[in-house]
Amino acid sequence: MGRGDQHGAYVDALLRELELEGGVLADPVETVFLGGGTPTFTALPELLRLLAALPRAEEVTVEANPETVTPELARALRAAGVTRVSLGAQSFQPGLLRVLERGAQPDDVRRAFGLLRDAGFDNLSLDLIYGIPGQTVADLEADLAEALALGPEHLSCYELEAKPGTRFTHAFGDELARQAEAMEDYFERVVATLTAAAYRWYETANFCRDDRRALHNLGYWLGRDYLGIGVGAVSTLGDERRRNTAKLARYLAGDFDRELEALDDGVRARERVLLGLRLDEPLPLAGLRHALDPAGLARVESLGLAVHDDETLSLTDRGRFLGGAVTVELLAG
Amino acid sequence: MDQAKIRNFSIIAHIDHGKSTLADRILELTDAVSARDMRAQVLDTMELERERGITIKAQAVRVTWKGYELNLIDTPGHVDFTYEVSRSLQACEGAVLVVDAAQGIEAQTLANAYLAIGNGLEIVPVVNKIDLPQADPDATAIEVADLLGDDPAKVVRISAKTGVNVADVLDAIVERVPPPAGDPEAPPRALVFDSSYDQYRGVVAFVRVVDGSFSRREGLQTMATGTRFDAEELGFFSPTMSPVESLSAGEVGYVITGLKDVSLLRVGDTLTSVARRAKQPLPGYKDVKPMVFAGLFPTDSDSYPELRDALERLKLNDAALFYEPETSQALGFGFRCGFLGLLHMEIVRERLEREFDLDLLVTAPNVAYRVSEKNSSELVEVHNPSDFPREIEEVEEPYVKASIIVPKEFVGTVMELNNDRRGTFDHLEYLSPERVHLTYELPLAEIVLDYYDQLKSRTRGYASFDYDVAGFKPGELVRVDVLVGGEPVDALSLIVHRDFAYDRGRLLVDKLREEIPRQMFDVAIQAAIGARVIARETVKARRKDVLAKCYGGDISRKRKLLEKQKAGKKRMKQVGAVEVPQEAFLAVLNIGQGQKS
Repeated sequence: MGRGDQHGAYVDALLRELELEGGVLADPVETVFLGGGTPTFTALPELLRLLAALPRAEEVTVEANPETVTPELARALRAAGVTRVSLGAQSFQPGLLRVLERGAQPDDVRRAFGLLRDAGFDNLSLDLIYGIPGQTVADLEADLAEALALGPEHLSCYELEAKPGTRFTHAFGDELARQAEAMEDYFERVVATLTAAAYRWYETANFCRDDRRALHNLGYWLGRDYLGIGVGAVSTLGDERRRNTAKLARYLAGDFDRELEALDDGVRARERVLLGLRLDEPLPLAGLRHALDPAGLARVESLGLAVHDDETLSLTDRGRFLGGAVTVELLAG
Repeated sequence: MDQAKIRNFSIIAHIDHGKSTLADRILELTDAVSARDMRAQVLDTMELERERGITIKAQAVRVTWKGYELNLIDTPGHVDFTYEVSRSLQACEGAVLVVDAAQGIEAQTLANAYLAIGNGLEIVPVVNKIDLPQADPDATAIEVADLLGDDPAKVVRISAKTGVNVADVLDAIVERVPPPAGDPEAPPRALVFDSSYDQYRGVVAFVRVVDGSFSRREGLQTMATGTRFDAEELGFFSPTMSPVESLSAGEVGYVITGLKDVSLLRVGDTLTSVARRAKQPLPGYKDVKPMVFAGLFPTDSDSYPELRDALERLKLNDAALFYEPETSQALGFGFRCGFLGLLHMEIVRERLEREFDLDLLVTAPNVAYRVSEKNSSELVEVHNPSDFPREIEEVEEPYVKASIIVPKEFVGTVMELNNDRRGTFDHLEYLSPERVHLTYELPLAEIVLDYYDQLKSRTRGYASFDYDVAGFKPGELVRVDVLVGGEPVDALSLIVHRDFAYDRGRLLVDKLREEIPRQMFDVAIQAAIGARVIARETVKARRKDVLAKCYGGDISRKRKLLEKQKAGKKRMKQVGAVEVPQEAFLAVLNIGQGQKS
């Protein structure tokens, strides 16, 4: 939310949509995730008004940018029932943060982390990005070491995705293309370092200790339904996926202008395969066999990338590093 | 027409020395074509010919000059069609040899002159383009006279472009070229010197009547192939078709046969009457064999039927074109085609792409080999490297006699090129103080690989080149296979001299390594002679292929991305377990054609 005077209106709109759509929610709701954009930029009273209106749940996560975290915010979130905070650290190198055009400094991350701990949060996650133009192996190792030193329950590590046509890609496309092959090495290093530090590589890009998986996100990867509220929010409800308008003015006017996508059994089955194979747990095959190509399965098994038995399919570690390609191979065409 | 009043002649020249322009001026001068109706260069009918400045199919035009009937028989201008040229020349008693006054004698001047002399023709030497500022008519006339053992004064100096002295050429033809000598009373014999296919009228034969006469509706027969048909129409070109009731000894004209296939009526065959059958055919008939072969595949496999139909249509008019279905695991369904030479191949390929709108993948051309398997003495002709036995007893390859004319400062560089191409020096002669004629014996296989381009670029375009197939000779040839992931890629096999095997294998392997995308496993790329690997590279396995993040809002997009990748795999060619994009084959086939090593 960039403009302070619209925060109240936006929260009003969110609550109106929730009121309209909330009927589909389970009772009790399992998880709530407040994210996408930066919720903690919202004027605190408005944020608290929103949180108060959200259903109670076993896991309530809020995404936060480090520089927005104050002692007051940390305490308020805790008091409002938030159980988990995901901090967008991205990197601990000032130069790389500048490349990413992040407002935070490395110290902001450490300070925010401490404030959240002080407020009583025992489930904190850090986001890191690797493959930033100019990032050396030493930079990556330093970032991982800094993150581990804070002892978060959860870490998400993403390779930088430069979307075609963006200003960022225009500026750094050549550099990204040059380092593309080195990214194999970076990814392996991330997984090796974090698993050596007793983190579980439970999803392609996510790590946790003490089994503190992101329960909300786990729902996506298990192919479960979810209700999304807000500008551009996506919901998957049975055989339908819908996406709200990305235009704030329309949304504020109560016009969700939804884009609908029908999800037949085949689509949902394919999605369960592609999502499920991101996890470190075996994928149950019940109901999914028709989505798989037996010849492709035989191929990836013979290459030592996957194993299956009567009930489940699992990727080997090497298979998980090649998860996208393996999934393409496995999906029935 | 009284045989004594007939003159049959051809115009022979190196490319661009003015053959077609002279033909046009002759037609104008004899009122066969008015200047107003004149389409530039009437005799060249096909679009391609006009663009490339070469003539593919011969035609004959009858004109009159001072009471004489002159038949101008057009000849193809290129070495690939030597046999057809020689048949056209055999239909004549004389030939006008045109030489550019600025360029002098070139390789095809020599080849054509020797061919005409060999056929016993009277040569009328002409120096053309005397109007050009850089022309040196005197020096060129001396060169030509030397070549023919003639007097420079007898060389006619003209400008076909402006028409200067063209009438002198016609007078010289009447004076010097002897009239036809056949027996008008004997059983009829006519030489088929060309044929073409018309979709409404069937095969049209171009003939020179040697003995006797032929009448419309008469039952006719070819003596070599035994084909029978009725002469639906007889006539001559003036230059439009002019039907007549009969054609008699010494005359040149056409016969409409109604036949549906040019292969039933081969160039060089002798036509006679069923009722008044001649005892002996005319000499010189040969079954022309293709010498250069390549696989033609549609880039889009759905176009296979179109390619088949197009080849069928071309074959109607081109008896020398050979094709048979070929299946390649890498390139799919296509045809192995045989051609008289490289130019013939290029023409066919261009016509397929241009007139039939086909997108083609053409394998590296190879020549015909005669090969016997290990422990066998039987020589079998092989047209496809993938049919070449891996273990051989003996192999022979076609050789050519190559004729090259260059300014003297390039002699060294041409010799170097020829040595690199396994050439054997034969002869060197000065045509003038500045220009040298070199002859070499070279394997045809060395010429089909960009020889001409190399020759041109190394001599800054000054060299002219011609060749004549000179029979088969044993060679140290080996089959090199390219293996991807242990599987041979049939379309990439090649036959090379043992000494070049390593370099060619290395080049192919390096190029493939660049072109084959990394897979989920290491892919070995090898070049091998039999079981012996001579070059090897590895495309290392990918170690990472994941979608970085995937949450609730990303799922549709990521699913579609994977579905698209899945669909993309279907367009890949499968070599064993390895997926190879068609572009990779294309790139490798291009180096096969574009460079030697």
